[in-house]
Amino acid sequence: MPKTIIPFGPQHPVLPEPVHLKLTVEDEVIREVVPAFGFVHRGLEKLVAIRDMHQMVQVVERVCGICSMIHAMCFCQGIEEMLGLEVPRRARFLRVIWSELHRIHSHLLWLGLFADSFGFESLFMQLWKIREKILDIHEATAGNRIIISVNVIGGVRRDLEPEQMQWIKSGLTEVERELKALENTLLNDYTVKKRTVGKGIVNQNQAYELGLVGPTARASGIAQDMRLLKYAAFDELDFQPVVERDGDGYARLKVRLREVHQSIDLIRQAIPKVPEGELSVKVKEKPEGEMVTRVEQPRGELVYYLKGKGEKFLDRLRIRTPTFANLPALVVMLPGMHLSDVPMIVLSIDPCVSCTER
Amino acid sequence: MQDPIVSITPEQVVGETARIKAEGYRFVTLSCVENDEAMVDILYHFDRNYQMTHLRLTVPRDQPIPSITPVYLAAFLVENEIQDLFGLRFEGLPIDYHRTFYLEEEVREAPLCTYAVGEIKK
Repeated sequence: MPKTIIPFGPQHPVLPEPVHLKLTVEDEVIREVVPAFGFVHRGLEKLVAIRDMHQMVQVVERVCGICSMIHAMCFCQGIEEMLGLEVPRRARFLRVIWSELHRIHSHLLWLGLFADSFGFESLFMQLWKIREKILDIHEATAGNRIIISVNVIGGVRRDLEPEQMQWIKSGLTEVERELKALENTLLNDYTVKKRTVGKGIVNQNQAYELGLVGPTARASGIAQDMRLLKYAAFDELDFQPVVERDGDGYARLKVRLREVHQSIDLIRQAIPKVPEGELSVKVKEKPEGEMVTRVEQPRGELVYYLKGKGEKFLDRLRIRTPTFANLPALVVMLPGMHLSDVPMIVLSIDPCVSCTER
Repeated sequence: MQDPIVSITPEQVVGETARIKAEGYRFVTLSCVENDEAMVDILYHFDRNYQMTHLRLTVPRDQPIPSITPVYLAAFLVENEIQDLFGLRFEGLPIDYHRTFYLEEEVREAPLCTYAVGEIKK
């Protein structure tokens, strides 16, 4: 059978963001994949030269359109570690609450897009309807639906009133109830299983070898979750990484679905523990030296490398986003698969391309 | 950084990376840092059980750097990224985009490089 090269993307109905895959196919079976990037590169890391460290918080919030708050938290955490700042306990708990809300909305967004990738549009709409409740909470508590600016170096800039926390809890109960109603369809529907089970498999060894992170790694049996580094207030909360073993599209679906429930549980644990106190501490010093800091984004391990020279402008900022670590997986997942499985498999790693290119 | 950083020479890059891999470390990423007009630092980051270890390679910016992609396949993306953004060159890179990973072929500038490399557009 002669080989044919089929271009997939950068604009494709199923892709939320532009990425190009050069697929070499025999008949309709994929033999080789070469990815291409560079369609949305913005050079945000370079902005450290003209934006001081406080202004950079707003810049890093815009690295990712979905998990803005977690980027800012990671950046602030790095500077705080460099300066040896003790972030108030209340701020650490508020960071947990907002970051887990972010994880829920990101996973619900993904679950919807994933359903859409194999043509299950009613499921997509139901999941995004549930997600709206989380976005309402974002808007009411932080002033914006997606890009929420709550972090500052030294703590947080917004507070949560006791009534707001109660409202968040009741909102989460509703989200949980509505998601449970969809669970049977998500996990047992013939279409979902037919299109995802046994597709795009990465086994545990391959996942480790390729350096995969987050839900993509956890679906292949690697119990790795950066929240176990105990940043923010995760040291006072009880949780275990969600792990599945099959390493296929269905396993990645199960991991993210269970992680929504895990995040709801973490917020429920955090709310009664939020102590009274200050929201932030004053920052007087300028960062000097080098720091690598990590947090768990909805897509996995996020790494920030910061270098300061004792000025308010950083010398270097380097961001390694989780999608950047997960993209090599496509080179393993796609060969041997049918052309019609490509959208589902590409979506299954939850690609965030703007984030990857920064 | 609290984690250990080991300084290495270009000759040691592949050997040290292979040793780290044999010890069970996961490849995290590389960071390229410009020191001055002549020298750059390449930091190699690895993780095992939430503990990071780093290698630091300091090289002149016109000297090719041995690629670690043959050891860790996952490194091909970041090595290509550094080639594009800083105008450095990785030697023995099996999947080489030749500075078209992010950039178009006609671009002769490295966007994140403070100092001009290659042919500058007039």
